[in-house]
Amino acid sequence: MSQFAINLMFVGASFALYIGIAIWARAGSTSEFYAAGRGIHPVTNGMATAADWMSAASFISMAGLIAFTGYDNSSFLMGWTGGYVLLALLLAPYLRKFGKFTVSEFIGDRFYSQTARIVAVICLIVASTTYVIGQMTGVGVAFGRFLEVSNTTGLLIGACVVFAYAVFGGMKGVTYTQVAQYVVLIMAYTIPAIFISLQLTGNPIPALGLFGDHVASGEPLLQKLDAIVGELGFNEYTAHHADTLNMVLFTLSLMIGTAGLPHVIMRFFTVPKVSDARWSAGWALVFIALLYLTAPAVGAMARLNITDMMWPNGTSGDAVSVEQIENEPRYDWMATWQKTGLLDWEDKNGDGKIQYYNDKNADMQAMAAEKGWEGNELTKFNRDILVLANPEIANLPSWVIGLVAAGGLAAALSTAAGLLLAISSAVSHDLIKGAINPGISEKGELLSARIAMGVAIAVATYLGLNPPGFAAQTVALAFGLAAASIFPALMMGIFSKKINNTGAVAGMLAGLTVTLVYIFLHKGWLFIPDTNSFTDADPLLGTIKSTSFGAVGAAVNFGVAYLVASMTKPIPQEIKDLVESVRVPKGAGVAQDH
Amino acid sequence: MSDNSSNSAYWSANVRIILISLVIWALVSFGFGILLRPMLSGIAVGGTDLGFWFAQQGSILVFLGLIFFYAWKMNKLDAEHGVEEE
Repeated sequence: MSQFAINLMFVGASFALYIGIAIWARAGSTSEFYAAGRGIHPVTNGMATAADWMSAASFISMAGLIAFTGYDNSSFLMGWTGGYVLLALLLAPYLRKFGKFTVSEFIGDRFYSQTARIVAVICLIVASTTYVIGQMTGVGVAFGRFLEVSNTTGLLIGACVVFAYAVFGGMKGVTYTQVAQYVVLIMAYTIPAIFISLQLTGNPIPALGLFGDHVASGEPLLQKLDAIVGELGFNEYTAHHADTLNMVLFTLSLMIGTAGLPHVIMRFFTVPKVSDARWSAGWALVFIALLYLTAPAVGAMARLNITDMMWPNGTSGDAVSVEQIENEPRYDWMATWQKTGLLDWEDKNGDGKIQYYNDKNADMQAMAAEKGWEGNELTKFNRDILVLANPEIANLPSWVIGLVAAGGLAAALSTAAGLLLAISSAVSHDLIKGAINPGISEKGELLSARIAMGVAIAVATYLGLNPPGFAAQTVALAFGLAAASIFPALMMGIFSKKINNTGAVAGMLAGLTVTLVYIFLHKGWLFIPDTNSFTDADPLLGTIKSTSFGAVGAAVNFGVAYLVASMTKPIPQEIKDLVESVRVPKGAGVAQDH
Repeated sequence: MSDNSSNSAYWSANVRIILISLVIWALVSFGFGILLRPMLSGIAVGGTDLGFWFAQQGSILVFLGLIFFYAWKMNKLDAEHGVEEE
């Protein structure tokens, strides 16, 4: 059976499973559509949260970014897990106690202001839509590879599938589907990693293999990796090269953003009790950590394998020949990925060999001149293909490759569905029912929810054709936006009795605006290419890249809110009582719709 | 709000636990993983140093410990102050 047929079989079987579950647990009433009747156990909820959370960015993109940068991209690992600590300690139990369905409902009630609620909805829509753009980038890569078509065609097909999939059911359908998706996703991520770790280090646990010895050379794996990438003129893998301030701010933005993203917070509204909300965050992180502890091993080992593949005779021997790439079966993956347009090579100096090295490094340029090389000949290696190509690079059995294709799609689809749900509930529940037309029928509300999903996915697909970065980088921008707008408002709403309606509105608007403007200045207005005035290589403020600005935006939000609140009327007594009641678990009933 | 004094004692105990947890949270990630890494460079871990391990593995494990510790501690605190759910 051909690899294509095997991929099709795995992807088809996994889809049949998800759709089957979605039909079985189809949402009936609006209350089920949003929060699944709150009957979900913390472990189940944790697993669904993990699937919801680990998107194309975590599954498809992150290990590739770590592989080609090394230590400097550890921010992704710490940022996307550390946020759960903030979520568990600062938000989840109180929001569950408050007991309504959406984040903006809390903001609207706590800041006793319809304006605050609408501003929160706008913040949610901006952050979630940016997030979906990143997902669509990943969907394009995954569908492009598995259908063996170009990235663009893959993206368009993927968008149709995501849409069909998200309108199928509400959260209940999604909760159990996501448990299934988590299982597929985590197997698809860890099984190839275990194989590769065994091949390279003899240790079946990738997280331990990363710090183990490389079997072929007998040296520690990371030391070996530092040495060979160094010989090709690249930065040492384990060393710190990035700007420290930017790295700290980037990590912090990802952490705060995690605790400000609606589709994750919404999960904690669906557990039966306040104490369950605390445990739920822990369980979610357990399931997430299984992937995040494996990811750095995947990155480092893939980098080693790719380098070995391009220099089969060692970095001081001859490079791989064009003939080998075309004829040897273990190089087949290069031809398949070339079709997607995301991988390419060119024999610039016509010596019949493909030299892969860092042609920006001065020492390497001198050496290249001596040897007659005319630049790096592995001309294109999109970071987002690394995880999906990894089992092929390591020459693993074809069923593993099929499994990884299914896992990549599960990751992208589950998050895209969760986000579309958050966007649609923000529009239909908060904006239309909450502000524009309170008398809307249940049917009308569901219909507007579905229209909102359709519009969001169309916008994200259009922008996904020219994404502002690799999947994980675009997603990082969404985190910056959530960090600067939603998180501070939620935290102040719980921990302060001083912040009033005007303060909160001013803070959210200030945080969102400065962050959005900073991002657009660097990535193009509305992410349209070539409309940017600065680049992340040479940012506007010192060394702060647009992906790291969320932490600064959050500080602006806190500052403005505090200042404005201290100059305007103090909050009324009944709101002080509301804050008091949110702080204690006692009396948390079944949350109500309103 | 029948018992405000007990509630405020409960709340300040909660805030204290949160602060201690967040200090540890920042220490393992921003501290050991990034800013203090040069100070830990003498401690070798499998071909690299302890700071690298904290940045890519250790911080995640500590985060897990912190969340479960907080959930356990708070559920106990709820009962002590009589504010647990029925």
